[in-house]
Amino acid sequence: MKTKDYQNGLRDGVAVALGYFAVSFTFGMASAADGLSILQAVLISLTNVTSAGQFSGLAIIAAGGTYIEIALTQLVINLRYCLMSFSLAQKLNRTAPHWHRYLMAYSVTDEIFGLDASLDKALSPAYHYGVTSVAVPGWVLGTLAGAVSGNILPAFVISALGVAIYGMFLAIIIPPARQNRTVLLVVLSAMGLSFLFSVLPVLNRITSGFVIIITTVTVAGIAAWLRPIEDGKAEEGGR
Amino acid sequence: MEHNIYLYILVMAGVTYLIRMLPLALSKKEITNIHVRSFLYYVPYACLAAMTFPAILHATASTYSALAGLIVAVIAAYRGKSLLTVALLACAAVFVVERILPFC
Repeated sequence: MKTKDYQNGLRDGVAVALGYFAVSFTFGMASAADGLSILQAVLISLTNVTSAGQFSGLAIIAAGGTYIEIALTQLVINLRYCLMSFSLAQKLNRTAPHWHRYLMAYSVTDEIFGLDASLDKALSPAYHYGVTSVAVPGWVLGTLAGAVSGNILPAFVISALGVAIYGMFLAIIIPPARQNRTVLLVVLSAMGLSFLFSVLPVLNRITSGFVIIITTVTVAGIAAWLRPIEDGKAEEGGR
Repeated sequence: MEHNIYLYILVMAGVTYLIRMLPLALSKKEITNIHVRSFLYYVPYACLAAMTFPAILHATASTYSALAGLIVAVIAAYRGKSLLTVALLACAAVFVVERILPFC
């Protein structure tokens, strides 16, 4: 039974791995553009397995931010995993030994959570591990390939790649903003607020990591208060 | 102050793991409060938007090329292109504009 679950996980994980390869390739290139070594880029992907968190971390590393900034940014941007883990805790097979929860936590990502959640029965840890053992190599190898090409590409190409990470962010937030007015307002307000922080006197002395945190908590907080989502939508978060 | 990249990575990985692990290890109940769920739903959008603008304007050698990258990315993303496609199109726009700028 466990072997079957694991095999199903492997099979479902292939699509995730392919998608991951493309995204983490961009991360590898961006890391190289920001001066990280290939080993450092791969190490970030292997230990974090999260696109938005890694890109934001990279931005702070590149800007020479503080350790507190990077910790708080990871906390805020990855807070949605908290919700997914809560949800998985519900769905997990009750007979599974408790230690699985510590191991499974490593690879709670939007896509893997999506697969776990889509099962019509209780979640077996073996299934989660099956998906993980294809998806994470896709994520890490994509980073490796991207970092290697980033390191051998000429300087003028690297300069153009500086915009890649922001292109990715826009590709994540714009399609949902098109379909949901509140998400659109959230996106525009967050951009407007962080812009104000960058131009207004005194406020523009606050470092970029804290601006992101203050903006995120303020805008998402107001949106949640004024326009709470309808039930069941919370699991459809960004990539 | 010079920062150690491996220490950055350790902090990132540690925080990210704890966020994923604590609810799994500790929770017996699901979050039902609609405002908390809504907050968590909006967080990625607010966060990514705040990180993108205005930072994107300083991401390249010139504000004009960055602006071109921004506009192209918004259009491509609006048309539902994949992450990699949008990112590469934005890079291409920056590259092209930076080649043209010296002649303006």
